[in-house]
Amino acid sequence: MDVVNSSLQQAAQVSADSAADPFILSFTVFVLAIIVGYHVVWNVTPALHTPLMSVTNAISSIVIVGALLAAGPLEMNLATVLGLIAVGLASVNIFGGFMVTQRMLAMFKKRK
Amino acid sequence: MLSSNMVALAYLIASVLIIFALKGLASPVSARRGNTFGMLGMGIAALVTLQLDSVQNYAWIVAAIAVGGLIGGVTARKVPMTHMPQTVAFMHSLVGLAAVLIAVSALYDPVAYGIADSHGGLHVASRIELFLGTFIGAITFTASLIAFGKLQGLLSGQPLVFAGQHPINLVLGLGMIGAGILFCVNGAWLPFLIMLAIALVLGVLLIVPIGGADMPVIVSMLNSYSGWAAAGIGFTLGNNMLIIAGALVGSSGAILSYIMCKAMNRSLFNVLLGGFGGEAAAAVAGGAAVGERPVHSGAAEDAAFLIGNARSVVIIPGYGLAVARAQHALKEMVELLLKQGVDVKFAIHPVAGRMPGHMNVLLAEADVPYDIVFEMDEINSEFADTDVALVIGANDVVNPSAKTDPTSPIYGMPILEAAKAEHVIVVKRSMAVGYAGLDNDLFYMDRTMMLFADAKKACEAITQALD
Repeated sequence: MDVVNSSLQQAAQVSADSAADPFILSFTVFVLAIIVGYHVVWNVTPALHTPLMSVTNAISSIVIVGALLAAGPLEMNLATVLGLIAVGLASVNIFGGFMVTQRMLAMFKKRK
Repeated sequence: MLSSNMVALAYLIASVLIIFALKGLASPVSARRGNTFGMLGMGIAALVTLQLDSVQNYAWIVAAIAVGGLIGGVTARKVPMTHMPQTVAFMHSLVGLAAVLIAVSALYDPVAYGIADSHGGLHVASRIELFLGTFIGAITFTASLIAFGKLQGLLSGQPLVFAGQHPINLVLGLGMIGAGILFCVNGAWLPFLIMLAIALVLGVLLIVPIGGADMPVIVSMLNSYSGWAAAGIGFTLGNNMLIIAGALVGSSGAILSYIMCKAMNRSLFNVLLGGFGGEAAAAVAGGAAVGERPVHSGAAEDAAFLIGNARSVVIIPGYGLAVARAQHALKEMVELLLKQGVDVKFAIHPVAGRMPGHMNVLLAEADVPYDIVFEMDEINSEFADTDVALVIGANDVVNPSAKTDPTSPIYGMPILEAAKAEHVIVVKRSMAVGYAGLDNDLFYMDRTMMLFADAKKACEAITQALD
């Protein structure tokens, strides 16, 4: 039993040592997302490049996730207030970006 | 409350939905469904974050979302399509500002984000990420505001060039990086604020030397920056959702900038150095010969005769069309021609308009069906079989010297080959030169008829004569 236990401990030790830094994991995701973005965006028809810009505008407002964390605590201080302002700014973009994209896309019609 | 694994999975679903939103834009048919996916993804990301234990301040948060959402929604409904470039530029600045505010807030209270070290400060890795996110966000913020001002006409569209401009920018850039490195080492407020202040100033200085018509490149580039800023914040918070969405937007904007540069045959570096409009003014002053060569000019009735007897007509719209608000008048004309059995197509140069794809949206708004609107590469081979090429409000993008004259400043720029059509009609208010400040040989060809008129009045007159 002792032998098994110690080898398990060793295995656990090895996996802890080989676990990558969280930054490396984030960086992996980052690089892969750039490659996905590259391929997806080259496939966008040039006629829709303006809607592409307005929708990416809305998408970059995903920073609202960070803003919500900042605005989260009940106790109000500088961090919370800045967070709330950021929530408001990001909301302008999210609603504005998606809605104006929808409005533009609705204009693209085929010949009757 | 959801477990952290559930939260991570929800963010994954949201990321996939956002990728599908971009994928949908491959065709106008799938684009609307794609946009719905995008909204769904954003909604999931926001709701999942709202239900986290650390987020309690609901009353204020809902108020902030309501105010922001209302402003955004009203803007989205009201904004005229001609104003899309400045609207997008303004929205980029909001993303930049939001990123800066989040970064400042994270530095002020790292505990709230769960990124504090044992002393309640920031780890060195977090400081580096915070530095990157902050300066990209700050530059995006002020640069986009200047771009907005130029596009909206609040600031002069002329490039602002002064002595020592580039050395000053270089020194400021180095100072910003120096302060940023100091911040990464000691994590103190002072170097952080110095870095932030320089980045805000740099954003202004980088855009002032760039002329109005180079704005398509700049708006695309700032689109890219706003994505990188979001990704930077994502690294700080260790949040994959932000990293993925930011990287998608970043690469999208980078690709658009590349396409725009290529369509003008200029490097991004050349655009960023700025001053292009200034050179153009000098070229006009030097080119006194402009307007002294004979041209064939005609009336709207003559144009209507040529167009009405043509089998095929290709219309080349430029930004002048939008300036004259002639899209709807043009659409009436096209509708009549289609009814009379004329094969009408539109040819769009990538830099027509003030942002990528702008002309397509302006035509779509005027109810021009998208299946008669073609990109440059699709239609260039058809000009040789075209009876009439009708150029409205475009100039440099049909200038044959881009192909034939190696000494021309626009040599090498891809153009729409209108000169190959059997007849060319150019609707233009005067013989004034275009953005590049060049004379256009197309106007002096035997087969070319100049119709000197306002684009809207010309379209109306042609329609009347056709009827």
